[in-house]
Amino acid sequence: MSKGFVAINVERCKGCAFCVEFCPTHVLALSSAFNSKGYHPPHVVASDKCSGCDLCGMYCPDFAIYGARYAR
Amino acid sequence: MSEQLLEVECEIPEGSFNPVEPFLRMDRIPHIWCAGCGIGTTVNCFTRALLESKANLDKVAIVSGIGCTGRVAGYARLDSFHTTHGRAIPFATGLKLANPELQVVVYSGDGDLFAIGGNHFIHAARRNMDIKVICVNNLTYAMTGGQTAPTTPSHVISATAPYGVFEPAFNLVQLADACGASYVARWTTFHVKQLARSMEEVLKKKGFGFIEIVSPCPTLYQRRNKMGDGLDTMKYYKQASKIRHGAPTGECSLTKSGEIVVGKFIDRERPDYYELLQAQMHESLGDRYAEPEVGCSEC
Repeated sequence: MSKGFVAINVERCKGCAFCVEFCPTHVLALSSAFNSKGYHPPHVVASDKCSGCDLCGMYCPDFAIYGARYAR
Repeated sequence: MSEQLLEVECEIPEGSFNPVEPFLRMDRIPHIWCAGCGIGTTVNCFTRALLESKANLDKVAIVSGIGCTGRVAGYARLDSFHTTHGRAIPFATGLKLANPELQVVVYSGDGDLFAIGGNHFIHAARRNMDIKVICVNNLTYAMTGGQTAPTTPSHVISATAPYGVFEPAFNLVQLADACGASYVARWTTFHVKQLARSMEEVLKKKGFGFIEIVSPCPTLYQRRNKMGDGLDTMKYYKQASKIRHGAPTGECSLTKSGEIVVGKFIDRERPDYYELLQAQMHESLGDRYAEPEVGCSEC
């Protein structure tokens, strides 16, 4: 059971890949699919590793992703 | 295609939301900043700093000038002012003196603050106006097409310098230090946690606070100089930046591809403009000096 989760708003993403590169536990990867603007948004590849640190949310220049911890 | 994307692999609890959204005018999102631009990242850090500092958001005002970074005032759901080019600091000064209860934050770019508004910056720092200046430095005039700015380092190719820039550039932290700012720091968009902490600190600090944020401009700066995209620049920031708190600001100039010295350089106590004004008036007028009625009667 992971400690946290990430939520992605794919339509707002511009595919800069900051979140993919700087995720400390490598939860994300760029998807091969497109959003309606033609960018490749990230998708979750290892949801069990997510700690909910929200570093992806702090890096995202397009306000398209955030992470949070599950309430205990 | 997008339906397939929306399939979430994480279980998202109901009622959770992006912590930056309450601070944004959501009707204006998506914003106009390019893919890989760092301005959105600095906005994230600023909202985290506002959250952490528990500031009363009705008493926070954002003032910005013209430029890519100048658009922050339009996107932030706070009292905000989008002013004329280079005049963000004069507007902020007036705002602060008319209502000293306000926490006035100037959020603008390097071209606006140091080229068109350079004079205002040095005098606000000299007077130690109690305003906070956050400067997103992308080393070029981005909105107008990538012309040479006073912050563009040597040997860089720009729209107005196709054979390379040869003018010496401003070292913004040294300038702020020399003019007497109370708080001077520099971070890059890679240092999000440190930047958020620094912004929180400057919001609590009395006097003129200045934070420079080195940010990528993939469309107009990196592309022309074959430096890759926003992500490549972030990797360069990660590898080339060195945290040196309290370093002499004269040694911290930015170069095209050299080391970036980051950290908190100056944190000093100086009486601010309003205190000095009151002290002087009390001294020369004595009892005849009446404290001006300031502030907003409705708040």
